[in-house]
Amino acid sequence: MIKMDEDLCKGCNICTEFCPRKVYEQSKELDKKGVHLPVPVNEEKCKKCNLCALMCPDQAITVEGNEE
Amino acid sequence: MNDKTKGNRFMDYLRRERMPTIFCAGCGNGIVINTFFNAMEMAELNLDNITMVSGIGCSSRIPGYIKCDSLHTTHGRPIAFATGVKLANPEMDVVVFSGDGDAAAIGGNHLIHGARRNINLTVICINNSIYGMTGGQISPTSPKGSFGSTAPYGALETPFDLAELVSAAGATYVARWTTAHPLQLSNAIKKGLQNKGFSFIEVVSQCPTYFGRKNKMRSPVDMMKWMKEQSIVKRKADKMTEEELEGKLIVGDFADRSRPEFSESLCELVNQKCQEGSPEAIKSAYKIKL
Repeated sequence: MIKMDEDLCKGCNICTEFCPRKVYEQSKELDKKGVHLPVPVNEEKCKKCNLCALMCPDQAITVEGNEE
Repeated sequence: MNDKTKGNRFMDYLRRERMPTIFCAGCGNGIVINTFFNAMEMAELNLDNITMVSGIGCSSRIPGYIKCDSLHTTHGRPIAFATGVKLANPEMDVVVFSGDGDAAAIGGNHLIHGARRNINLTVICINNSIYGMTGGQISPTSPKGSFGSTAPYGALETPFDLAELVSAAGATYVARWTTAHPLQLSNAIKKGLQNKGFSFIEVVSQCPTYFGRKNKMRSPVDMMKWMKEQSIVKRKADKMTEEELEGKLIVGDFADRSRPEFSESLCELVNQKCQEGSPEAIKSAYKIKL
């Protein structure tokens, strides 16, 4: 499961661009801060490589279910 | 992983009350924080045993967000302060976070002399090719022809090749990666943390607000794509001519060797002198007193 912390995300778009399986998409609406938050629309494609969590500059992404 | 890790995997190491960070959206500093923690976990180091030292600049604000001992020092002098920390307690793992303006411009001499001494520090230099905090002036690492607020017609000067400079000054581990290569960067930081001696990791990072905006790469994604396209691994670059390499970023390991380490040799000297009796200078001082 992918969780986004909306308070931390600054809408830089790095996760939508660098996800190797294109899991994220930018939302159409602006949030309260005035940025387009990423939404994990294709979550079933996610292989839990955790690259998005490693590349998120604001530590906003949590990928759950890969810690055994 | 323990149960309390419900949030982001790096949040346990960060001061949650200070988040979100002051950095602009898409700044590379956040990626360097993540890769550092990743490397620290791989090297199996304890955050309680790490001291972070930083100077002045955007990147030097990083230690303020991390739950560990940290020193925020004067501009350009983090390596001088870190030398003191390391010699006061050689058991400590001392990490220096520094920007290109801090390490290459005002603190250039501290950098090369730290490398010459080969003291056991890990210096992570976040090179965003511009002075981000003060408003986008050209820095010593700005590429030739790039635009900045002090170079409206393009920079005329040739930039410093920091990795080559520090390697030539005698550091035992030198690597350069970009924020678009987070896994390779984590490995390089891990090697730097494990290396006994001066380790220098140059991270070519994006500054979308100043460097990007003035160089037709407005978004952080554009900048990271540019960095990924321009980078060439050192092994490949060694076989290419200078004309082919113009404007390219050479990434990879620049030095990986071993040399006597400074704090160890100093401790050995102190030990030896203590066993042989007081050093001459102390003896003569006592004599005067008597």
